[in-house]
Formats: sequence, structure tokens, C-alpha cells
Amino acid sequence: MLLIPCPYCGPRPELEFRHAGEAHIARPANPDATAAGAWSEYLYVRSNPKGRHIERWRHASGCNRFFNCVRDTVTDVIEATYPAGEARR
Amino acid sequence: MIVRQRSGTRLRFSFDGKDYTGVAGDTLASALLANGVHLMGRSFKYHRPRGVLGAGAEEPNALVDVAGPDGRSTPNLRATTVELYDGLRATSQNRYPSLRFDLGAVNGLLSPLLGAGFYYKTFMHPRAAWATLYEPLIRRAAGLGEAPRRPDPDHYAQRYAHCETLVVGAGPAGLLAALTAAQSGERVMVVDEQAVLGGSLLAERRATIAGQPAADWLAATLATLAAMPNVQLLPRTTAFGYYQQNLLGLVERVTDHLAAPDPALPRERLWQVRARDVVLATGAIERPLVFAGNDRPGVMLASAARTYCNRYGVAVGRRVVVFTADDSAYAAALDLQAAGVAVVAIVDLRPDPSGPGVVAARAAGLTVMPGTAVIATTGHWRVTGARLSSNTTLACDALLMGGGWTPSVHLFSQSRGTLRFDAARQIYLPGTPAQRQSSVGGANGVFDLASILAPLAVAGDIPAQGGFLGLVPGSRATGFVDYQNDVKAADILQATQEGFRSIEHVKRYTTTGMATDQGKTSNMNALAIAAAALDLPLPEVGLTSFRTPYTPVTFGSIAGAARGALFDPVRKTPIHPWAEAQGAAFEDVGQWKRAWYFQHIGESMHEAVKRECLTVRRAVGLFDASTLGKIEVVGPDAAEFLNRLYTNSWSKLAVGRCRYGLMLTEAGFVLDDGVVGRLAADRFHVTTTSGGAGRVLAHMEDYLQTEFTDLQVWLTSTTEQWAVIAVQGPRARDLLAPLVEGIDLAAMPHMSVREGRIAGVPTRLFQVSFTGELGYEVNVPAGHALAVWEALWAAGAPYDACAYGTEAMHVLRAEKGYIVVGQETDGTVTPEDLGLGWAVGKAKADFVGKRSLAMMDLQATDRPQLVGLLPAHLPQEGAQIVDRADPPIGSAALGHVTSAYDSATLGRPMALALLAGGRRRMGQTVHITTATGTMPATIVAPVFYDQEGARLDA
Ligand SMILES: [Zn+2]
Repeated sequence: MLLIPCPYCGPRPELEFRHAGEAHIARPANPDATAAGAWSEYLYVRSNPKGRHIERWRHASGCNRFFNCVRDTVTDVIEATYPAGEARR
Repeated sequence: MIVRQRSGTRLRFSFDGKDYTGVAGDTLASALLANGVHLMGRSFKYHRPRGVLGAGAEEPNALVDVAGPDGRSTPNLRATTVELYDGLRATSQNRYPSLRFDLGAVNGLLSPLLGAGFYYKTFMHPRAAWATLYEPLIRRAAGLGEAPRRPDPDHYAQRYAHCETLVVGAGPAGLLAALTAAQSGERVMVVDEQAVLGGSLLAERRATIAGQPAADWLAATLATLAAMPNVQLLPRTTAFGYYQQNLLGLVERVTDHLAAPDPALPRERLWQVRARDVVLATGAIERPLVFAGNDRPGVMLASAARTYCNRYGVAVGRRVVVFTADDSAYAAALDLQAAGVAVVAIVDLRPDPSGPGVVAARAAGLTVMPGTAVIATTGHWRVTGARLSSNTTLACDALLMGGGWTPSVHLFSQSRGTLRFDAARQIYLPGTPAQRQSSVGGANGVFDLASILAPLAVAGDIPAQGGFLGLVPGSRATGFVDYQNDVKAADILQATQEGFRSIEHVKRYTTTGMATDQGKTSNMNALAIAAAALDLPLPEVGLTSFRTPYTPVTFGSIAGAARGALFDPVRKTPIHPWAEAQGAAFEDVGQWKRAWYFQHIGESMHEAVKRECLTVRRAVGLFDASTLGKIEVVGPDAAEFLNRLYTNSWSKLAVGRCRYGLMLTEAGFVLDDGVVGRLAADRFHVTTTSGGAGRVLAHMEDYLQTEFTDLQVWLTSTTEQWAVIAVQGPRARDLLAPLVEGIDLAAMPHMSVREGRIAGVPTRLFQVSFTGELGYEVNVPAGHALAVWEALWAAGAPYDACAYGTEAMHVLRAEKGYIVVGQETDGTVTPEDLGLGWAVGKAKADFVGKRSLAMMDLQATDRPQLVGLLPAHLPQEGAQIVDRADPPIGSAALGHVTSAYDSATLGRPMALALLAGGRRRMGQTVHITTATGTMPATIVAPVFYDQEGARLDA
């Protein structure tokens, strides 16, 4: 079980959180003007790396906020967490 | 044989029905050995007689079933770790009818057939025979203990803890680490799987530490630690799993060692400990040597024999031969000799052994035979002789093996640390850790007490040095590598001959290392044999993963209190007690208990549902809809937020009006639906499906927090604040009217909401219908709901009102073709598929899912579409729909039945279905699959009753 540092509440056990997929997948600003291929990519294509990964978590049993988390998918070491909307780390 | 006075209380116990006595402090294994019993089990596959191999958690052979009080039984316990108590009853496993006379031993004669890969090869065809023939046969012939047949009568506790330093293993290395950490004032936890702390020092009778006997140093150190308030010592506690961020799972055995445990105590306690630093002092495990006959009772690890002698005062034989490639076995020989056992010879594989043990052995007059191997044994129930490579046979009643030591890197590996191979010593050692952690002592490959305890002065130690991996030269390959799964050297060789090169494949093909002991004594030999056969350096055949748990953990400890009524929360509405008193049957909807139907005396379920449906259509019914999800959406941008989250348009919805809202995923598929009422320009009362409330709120929060951050909106879950009573039927208005204050019911249109009072209680009153009849949904604060329900129930008496349950609700809504998300939808269904295109605001600039609806696949005209079916009989929900009455095998389905009910209103069965291109096929006949064939059904529009909707606002 991960120990996840919520940027708002501090370190909490994983069972308080819900995973919310890869981070920094921005919704296209003008969906109607987005080509089908690019839209499919937005919906379905994820990087799924072995190693450094930025993902979203929601502190479901806490502040209920979404935030971003830099985690190594091999070692599970969490490098940083930061509020949603901040620049990619 | 007992070699010295065994002090302690005498304890009676039985094994396979025969009575014995042992002493307090014994394990079942040491007590049986003290009584001269070596035969403790039958092997897994060949049913070979087996004795004890080790003296601890690594034991692969001596698995027993221990019966507790009140019919309790625990299978597959290692006799080496079962603490003796007065009255203990143990039985051997995997034998029929008895340990000595076992019919399954005939498997031994079949061993050429049961070798590596036999599961794959022998029983490939025919497949059907698996269930009827092969599996039952294998299950009876090969196996371990029997699962208990009764529910677990014990209870289990769970605890969480934090500390600065967690030390796993209370041997010399662990104790020294604990002492050092504790002296800095930090919180220290020391856990050890054994009943007493001390590890290898418990069997150390030669070495002195700081000038005193090892036992005295141990006692003094334990006393020091026990007296420190910042130190917690946990014996009988196994660290079984090492997880992320230094979280360790521990299981503490609280009562299993007690004859009459206090029933208030839990049987076991599961600890989850988060530590800043972890010290792994998990020691090392001695390896057997692989030679023919290395599994006869009486053949065991040298360190185990030393432990039985020094710690328990039990000699494992009267005439022992020691077969070693490692110095530490000399310590066993010397200690057994000192205890009065005849040590016939020390047979050493190494051509020129020369360590301090060798010197001491020669000085003690022991025969050392260098450059010699034991290549076979004689005996059946017990070893009677060791045949040497020099072609002589040494008579003996115990044969001790010293194959060298394997550091216990299991937890290190679980923690994602990378192992490194020490080619000179042929052992895997902890390499780079992935977490704040260190490995010390034997776990780190440091085997000599002086180095472990430096700077304390140590004398008299005979440390491990040497070792041998693989098949002993000159021996046939019938020697066992994995005792617990009955894997021989020959099986590994066969796997490599058949083309398996990676140990991951060899392991699965031969099952080596896959038993409950996870190959603690066998993995390195298996690797070495495979590597030698493939002519590769050992690390190149790979290393299998070490998985949790280190030793088996009970399900009870993991479940803890989450059993029975506490397994999952049960949610009940405030009206539940009324329904219960009326004798309602309940159904589970998520965590909710919902009234399913209200059966009158003498009625069947079918009759009750029929009566409820007809009463709603004819007069009026009350329905507890409190489980509906509710979200209050508030803020200056609330309408714009809903515009973006729902397909519908909300900007023009007047205050006091409602609309049916449809919510999509970004991929364009229906996620949820529900009625939304506008209470003020900046305030909406949103309802969701009963099961969808949490999902919808998370979906809304996600967009609000991460995509539509320009909007000022606040979301609040109000599901449990508002109870909902649906009043549905032509007399609904008549029933409500006398109870309502401040609302002009007659002026309320369909799809509107008003605030006022009902039965003296504040209400949000919706005029909405999920039945097709004139209907209201009375929202009241949950605390008043039961009183309001009772007032409405009393007011309904003149109209012969009924209470109806979820079954009738489903029939009524299906007659009207109203969908249920999760029943008519499955995550791949668009609004257009459901005929709900009218609810999509196509003129809106954007909403979640809009772009996806324009994707080619979602525009296809042959997509499954919602239709009604008039079938000959009631079909199964989920049944496939096909074109022909006799579809050939392999025919593609055209769709499936999503809902099916016997409709009292129609007087016939009806169904909703998703059918490819269904709307173009009105009036056609299709066939619904049944258990015995198919039944015909006519395709109709998915509204079976009051197509014009005239009754909604009657
Ligand atoms: Zn938080």
C-alpha cells in the first residue's frame, strides 16, 4: 500500500485515494475542431511507461481533491505530488 | 533420544492418535524427535515417507494438521513451528489410511509417468475428462492437508503502527541493530517469527560474546531492550510482506500456542507497520545437498540437528554421519559429539577443508573424509546407511547435510531492491535497496559472529564457509531438489532437455519452488542444476521472484473484523423499519437494502408484484425512492456547469421546472441519468441513479477541478440528507393535497418542483413520473421521512393505496420504456442507441461526450438500438437474440434482452432489448435463445403503454 503525500492533507495511506489515470492529458480546447485521430488519441492512448510516470489521484476519503503524482512504476517510489493545473514536473 | 535434562513442564500430546509427552518450549517436531519419531509425513506426489528436514519456517516435509478445541482444525502447519501445549492433537497429512500404510505410495512406482510436465503432457485430452476423471484423481493422490469444513470460529484483530526503526529478526545482528537504534531514543519495533527471541544464538553453545556465554549475552541484551520504553518486542510475529514506502505486514500469533486461550483474545493479530527505516536481519537458511535418497527420514540439515541438540536437548540419532561442503556443519558434529552422540564420520565434498571447524573436529578425534561424497542412502522408514563415493557404506540412523547457506533475501526482494550475485561465494545478496532499509548479518551474507557483533569480542564461533550447489558428483539424479513438491534433479534436467532455458519456465514446468515453502531450501540448487545443464553461469538462467507472503498467512487475519455483517456496510433508508414491519422482501442494490415487494398473506411474489402494479395504474402507490443519488449544484455558473456535464441544455430551464438529464462519458457513452430540478437561478437539485451517486459526483468533481476551472460551482452530496417518497398513480394528487402547505398542486405542471411543507415538514416536491402515471416525488429531510411516510400511508387508505417495491417499479417503468442505466446500458451505449437523441442538445457548443458522438463508429446505423419485444414466453434477461429459430453454432447474435417482465397491465410477457439496427425492423420476428432452444418474439416500439403520455399529467 502506497503512502501518498496529498498536497493538501499530507501523507496518507493509499486506501484513502482513488487512482484517476495519467496526468497532463488535457482535454482539447475545441473538441468539435479536433480531428478524429487526435480525439481518439486523447480518449484512449496513454503512455503506460515502465519507470517515471505522472498520474492523477483523488483523495476520495479526505479532501476529495484531484492532484498529480510522479511515481516510478517499477519501484513505486513517489518523487513528488503537486496540485492539478501546475506545470508538468 | 534425549541428550540432556529437559527442564520445563511436561506436556501431553498426540500424533496420529498415539499419545506422547514433551516439555514446555518444545515444538511439535522437537517433541516427536525426543520420542524417537522421525516419520512425520508423506510427500506430495510420490507419497514417500518423510521426516523433518529443518527446525524452522523453512521446513518442507513435516506438514501436519493441528486440531484445536471445538472442532477447529488447521492444516499444513510445519511441525517445526508448532509450539507444543498440553493436549495438542496433531495428525499427519496426505496419507490413506495411515502414515505407515499409505495406498498412495503406489505413485512412487508410477514416478516415471509423474515427472516434470506431467500435468501438461499426460492429461491433455480429452478435455472433458479433466472435470470427471483427472482432477478428482490428482486431488486425492497428490495434495496437502484438508481445509476445515466449518466457518472459522476464531476472531482476529488488526493494528496499525508507526516507528522509526523496524527490525525484522531477533538474532544477533537484529538485536545489535535494535540496541543501537533504541539508544538514540527512537521508537523501535523488533519482530521475530519464533516464540523466543535470539535466532541462531538460541542454539549456540560454543561461542562466547564479550567474554560470556552467548546465552548469557542474549539474556542480558533482551533484558536491556525489554526495559526500554521506546522498544516494542514482538515474538511469534512473522513479517510476511514488504510493501511500498516501508509498510510491512506482520502477523502475530496470539493464542495458537495456548492450551486454553482466553476467548477474549484474538487468535492472531495482523499488524501494518509503517517504518522510517527497516533493518532486515532475517538470517540465512541452510541448504540440503542433492543426492539419491536425500529425503529419507533421518536425513536433515546439519544446523537443524544442532538446534535440536543444543536448544531442545534432543539428539536426532545415535550414530550420525555428517555430509557437508561447509564449515558450519562441523559445529553440529562437535556439539552432537559433546552431547554423547556417535559421529561416524564427517564426509566433506571439498578436497582440502581447512577451517577452524575442521581443526577442532580433528582435535576432538572425529573422522574427516575430505573429497568424498554421499551418493545414496539405505533404509525406508528411517535412514540406515550412507553410501559413499569411495564405495563404502557407513551405517547410521541420521545423516546431516551441510550444503551451505542461502541469505534470506525474501523481504529485501519484495521491497523491490535489486539482488546481486556474488560469484565467488555463489550466493545472491541484497544489492541496491529501493527503500530506506538495510540488510545485516546472515541476510547480508555475513555469517561469522565476530563480524556481526563487532566491536564485541567473540570467541569459539565456527562460521559458515563453503557450500555446494547442484547435483552431488557421482550421485544419480533421483535426489530431491524441492522436497515439498517432489521435484527431483532429473526433473530439472528433463525440463532443460525439452528446451526450457529460463528458470521461470523450468519452475512452472517442473513446479520446483512453487509449493507453500516457495522453495526456501530448494531454489538455489534448482538454479544450479539448470545452469549446469545449460552450460550457463548461474545468474544467466534468471532468478524467480520472491512473493508475499514469506510464510503462509491465514485468511482470517487478513479479513480481520470484515466478516459476516461487517463484511460490507449495509445502507438502509429511514423508511426501512416500516417496510420491515410490513413484511417486505428486500433486495440488495449496491450497499442498499431496498424493499423488493410487499407480499400479503397467501400471495406469491408474482401475485404481489401484479397487485402492486395494477394498484398504481388504477389508484395510487407509495414507493421508497430514498436511495436516489442527490447532488446539490450551487453557484453563479451552476447552469453553465450542467450545460457542459449533461447532453441537455439547462440555461433556459425556468426556476421551478425539471428536466430529464443524460450524462455521458467523454467517449460518448451513457454514464448516468436522472431528473434535475432548478430551485433558483444558481441552485439545482440533481438526482442520479441509486448506484451511480458516488461515480457521478467524482465525475463532476473531476471536470470542475481539472478542466472547467473557470466555473464557480460547488457540489455537495445530499443523498442521505433527503429521503424520497414517490407517490404515483391517478389518485396521487388527491392523496397529497390534504397534507401539502404552501404549494398549489393543481397549478403544478408535469416536470416541476416546488418548495413548501408536507405533513408539517419542509419539502421539495417534484412532479415527476417513473411509472407513466401522474406522479410526485416527495423529498423530505431524512429524519422526518418515516413520519411523513406514515402520514401519506394513512392518507392513502381511502384510495386503497399500496406500497410497492422495486420489482413493481421496474415492471411499471419498463412498460413505459424508461431505461435503467446499467440494465439497458453497459458502458457502450449512446443516447441515439436508446432513442434518447431528443435529450441531446446538438446546438450546444460543447458538452462532455459531444465530440465522440460525431465519431464514425458512434454514427453507424447498425448499432444496437433499444426496441421492445413481444416474446412468446418470459425470456431471461441477458439472453441473446438471433435471426433463426435454429441458429447454427457460431452464429453471431443480433443483440440481447436487457429487461423482461410479465406485465400485468398488458397481460403478457414483454421485454426491452438492444438489437442491431432494431428501429428499422419494427414488426419483424426474431428469436430469443433459451436454455432449450429459442422462442420467437415480435419487434415493437419500446413503449408498451400509453404511448401518447396522456396519463402523466391527468
Ligand atoms: Zn487531501
